Amino acid sequence: MTPQAQAATATIRRGLLLSGIALVGVVLVYALALFNTPTEIRQGLAQKIFYIHVPAAIGALIAFSLVGLVSGVYLWLRDPRLDLFAHASAEVGVVFSVVMLTTGPLWGKPIWGTWWTWDARLTLTLFLFFLFVGYLALRSAVPEPAERARYSAVVGILGLFLVPFVHLSVYLFRTLHPQPVLLKPSAPSMPPEMLRTLLISMGVFTLLYAGFVMTRYGLAILAESTGDSDAD
Amino acid sequence: MTDLIRLAWAIAAKDLRVEMRSRTAIVSAVFFAALVLAIFNFARAPGTVSQAMLAPSVLWVTFTFAAMLTFNRAFALERENAALDGLLVAPIPRGALFLGKYVANLGFVFTVEAVSFPLFVLFFNVSLGDALPSLLLVTGLATVGFVAVGTVFSAMVVRTRFADLLLPLLFLPFLVPPVIGAVQVTTRLLDGRPLSEVWGWLRLLAAYDVVFLTVCAMVFPAILDE
Repeated sequence: MTPQAQAATATIRRGLLLSGIALVGVVLVYALALFNTPTEIRQGLAQKIFYIHVPAAIGALIAFSLVGLVSGVYLWLRDPRLDLFAHASAEVGVVFSVVMLTTGPLWGKPIWGTWWTWDARLTLTLFLFFLFVGYLALRSAVPEPAERARYSAVVGILGLFLVPFVHLSVYLFRTLHPQPVLLKPSAPSMPPEMLRTLLISMGVFTLLYAGFVMTRYGLAILAESTGDSDAD
Repeated sequence: MTDLIRLAWAIAAKDLRVEMRSRTAIVSAVFFAALVLAIFNFARAPGTVSQAMLAPSVLWVTFTFAAMLTFNRAFALERENAALDGLLVAPIPRGALFLGKYVANLGFVFTVEAVSFPLFVLFFNVSLGDALPSLLLVTGLATVGFVAVGTVFSAMVVRTRFADLLLPLLFLPFLVPPVIGAVQVTTRLLDGRPLSEVWGWLRLLAAYDVVFLTVCAMVFPAILDE
């Protein structure tokens, strides 16, 4: 085993350990949210999904932002490790997006009365999700590593510039129409117990992100060191 | 600078001349646009949804989808007989190559738009009033930006395994701001509203053009590095 492969295996092991701890943390967050956090008076139990939905959403947005930023640095420095990190981050971001996009409608149906609405934030996250699914599809279609790295970096950078435009256009689109009355999300100020659960959950999801990315990154390095470039 | 423009024009002229001699892509794209317009006329509940209500959306779906068809052509052409390698070893800065391909693509898309617009007016029974100059302005503003993104993506996907599938997958999210903006403006202009009412949208479209033309010109060389 080459030293590079050994280092990669160690990274994978650390990543798996971190992911394991984080997954136990997710279970604890569930328990904490259900049994030790006050129930929101108007939304009832449906509000509990908040403690998963919001951290997953923030995690996804951070993951995608990191892809964009790291892609920019990659085109400058051309260090393959940056590309492998961007790939790992995009994958984890897509997984977090799926969590966000499934928990959101589950909450929206009882509270807003609809599974989906073309609200500015919903639309933006949906298109970000599409964009990064495209990013991953592009990666799997380019066999040569250096070429794949350059192409996906270009998509990552363009995606970073697209975000404000999608947000602005969707926002302008909505403000030209009457705002729905029924679907208006309420913004309750949070009691400290709820805030505590949310912050713990955010910590757990950050850990989960780090663990997943570390594992995927280590795997990518290992695949590269064994010359198996098709191991996505 | 003049050199850059001269070289870019040489590339664009070459692309346009090749197309003028075969006319495959442009004729297909024009008929594709005509077909989409005809089909959309039936993709509605007659009597409940009027043609006029649907018209702006149909126009922009047609424009952008027909544009997407022409993008793959720009670099698919260069792949045959390894013509791209010839271009790359030629003493042409990458920026000029981007500009040339961009101008050629822009020429194609504008041609398709110019042909399908009268068909749109005809099929959808649109009364233009005096909105024509403003509509041309909006079409220009919306098209200039997304063609830049399409040029970059087509250079990329043409060297992958699933070019025809990947291009729409990557490109459609980038159509969101120009299409939303263009449809909003077109709707109001066809309603006879003044241009000043859609000032915010026009600024958004112009900002999109400036940002994406600049960024695309900057990242394009990275695609062609060997």
